[in-house]
Amino acid sequence: MATIKIRAKEKDGVTTVKALMTHPMESGFRKDSTSGSMVPAHFIQEVMCEVGGKMVMNAHWSGGVSKNPYLSFKFDGGKGETLKLTWTDNMGKSDSVEEAIG
Amino acid sequence: MNELRRLIIKGSVAAGTLGVAVGAGLLVPTSVLAAWPDKAFGEKKMDDAISTLLGSGGMTESAEINIKAPEIAENGAVVPVTVTATMAGVESITIAAPNNPSPLVASFDLADGAHGYASTRIKMGKSGDVVAVVKAGGKLYTAKKEVKVTIGGCGG
Repeated sequence: MATIKIRAKEKDGVTTVKALMTHPMESGFRKDSTSGSMVPAHFIQEVMCEVGGKMVMNAHWSGGVSKNPYLSFKFDGGKGETLKLTWTDNMGKSDSVEEAIG
Repeated sequence: MNELRRLIIKGSVAAGTLGVAVGAGLLVPTSVLAAWPDKAFGEKKMDDAISTLLGSGGMTESAEINIKAPEIAENGAVVPVTVTATMAGVESITIAAPNNPSPLVASFDLADGAHGYASTRIKMGKSGDVVAVVKAGGKLYTAKKEVKVTIGGCGG
């Protein structure tokens, strides 16, 4: 299942990227209400965005980012290019998506 | 002859431990960029976390950083935060919540061409400041905004 919803729009030479990822983002500080044990940390650590093979944005996150994280950023240019967004979590899982900039 | 033998043994031992570490998930293979800064994210005090991450604790307050966050957040689990920095040469934007158990929340490295803009949603354990630290031209600038978190949604 794709875990990333993404939109990339170019206007007046500036591309705005908005992305929503599906992820529990467990900080490791929360207790399970039924069992009383700590819920192990499980969160996205790194989100990287590349355009035409070149990194434009690289984010490092902690478990302090909300569940099903939202991310938005802007960069110059990008018209007609393809953007690649990849996340990696602390359990080594990852997902990526490619989107044509419209 | 003997020295060469030593070297080979040393080399294979080093490669062996690295392989084990990767296999055990201790070292998650990441991109060519800096790996996830676990030390900075593990700090319990915001100032320590920022100086570990960005190298220097000396920061200047700047009016060129704008933090958009709600004054009253009805749900601390989802606090939308947008940071806009208008100075030139922004290299990174870091968002921190000093009252959280792990104060460093997110850090965005921005390449040339990326704007001084980052937006996300963060968790806040209790009312307090949202702090943004912007690195531009090798210097650190900061701004903060207070967010009141009301649990139960009575809006008070």
